[in-house]
Amino acid sequence: MFEFFTQALWSPYIAGAGIGVLSCLAFLLSDRPLGCSTAFVKARGMIGKAINPDRVSGMEYYREIVPQADWALMIIPGIIIGAFIASFISGGFRLFWVPSVWGAEFGYDPVIRWAVALAGGIFLGLGARWAGGCTSGHGINGSIQLSLASMITAGCFFAGGIATALFLFRVLGA
Amino acid sequence: MRMFVTLHKNKNAQVILGLLFGIVFGFLLQKGGATDYNVIIGQLLLTDFTVLKLMLSAVIVGMIGFHLLRHFGHVQLHAAKGSVGSNVIGGLLFGVGFALLGYCPGTVAGAVGTGALDALFGGVVGLLIGAGIFAEIYPQVKARFLMWGRFPAVTVPEFLNLNLWVVIGLMEAVMIGFLLLLEYFGL
Repeated sequence: MFEFFTQALWSPYIAGAGIGVLSCLAFLLSDRPLGCSTAFVKARGMIGKAINPDRVSGMEYYREIVPQADWALMIIPGIIIGAFIASFISGGFRLFWVPSVWGAEFGYDPVIRWAVALAGGIFLGLGARWAGGCTSGHGINGSIQLSLASMITAGCFFAGGIATALFLFRVLGA
Repeated sequence: MRMFVTLHKNKNAQVILGLLFGIVFGFLLQKGGATDYNVIIGQLLLTDFTVLKLMLSAVIVGMIGFHLLRHFGHVQLHAAKGSVGSNVIGGLLFGVGFALLGYCPGTVAGAVGTGALDALFGGVVGLLIGAGIFAEIYPQVKARFLMWGRFPAVTVPEFLNLNLWVVIGLMEAVMIGFLLLLEYFGL
């Protein structure tokens, strides 16, 4: 039984079905969709509050999404711990700067990879909050609920992502 | 009546639950291959369909589970009427970031857990900056974009004016059929 948990990877169908069950449990036990992007707003607001509390408390967005350590924030440290356990017990944990597919195309300079990742993170944070959710919040949990907006959003995530990835790797790449 | 109303209102219990849900989610994302840049960018380049297999399996199971729970009154709908100005523009901006970073907001945290430093110092820092920018411009974005081109319905059955369970049956058939096609073509 324990060998199952130390396998490097599972079939995506098994892992996916597990995420489906977990999503239902989140609705049942926590009365909310299993989403990830709210955490980054809350964390950003908490950092802002530590520096300039008056400014943050005056901002409309932080009145709607209150910067505090609650369910929506704790999901992110949880994911880091869970993925660490999963990779550590299967011997897959290692520190690295440049993923191999990126390196093969654009080289292994960590500064270039870091700069593009940072730009990507900024677009991702902006877009996720603009659309009101991310791949898990809209893509999985909105679709589960048959939300029209979530299914359209998920389509746009992949339309924008596929177009940008193809441009990056097939036009700009070697 | 919903079974866990007291639990929902227990703030301390929910903080712990958030962490626990995160741990299991992170574990499953790593096991499903979705915390790996190579797998995600492979999906966006249409050479590796692991991410879609993972997501569709989650939706196939979750859609039935959620609507059964809802039918018996144990969960409620958490969906809002979206708009072109919010969901399409936001979704496309997200897509650009998705491809540049090679992770999404959940899998970037998972990647940090597996040791990806580009995910930590690029992705997480970028997400905090991006979320901060949105908080700054929120009043203007809300006024100009978020209400523009409102969708006509909250849910797909409402939009199609079809029975809920008919729509669920159709959606499940399409998703399962799509996965079978992927396997048939060896993708």
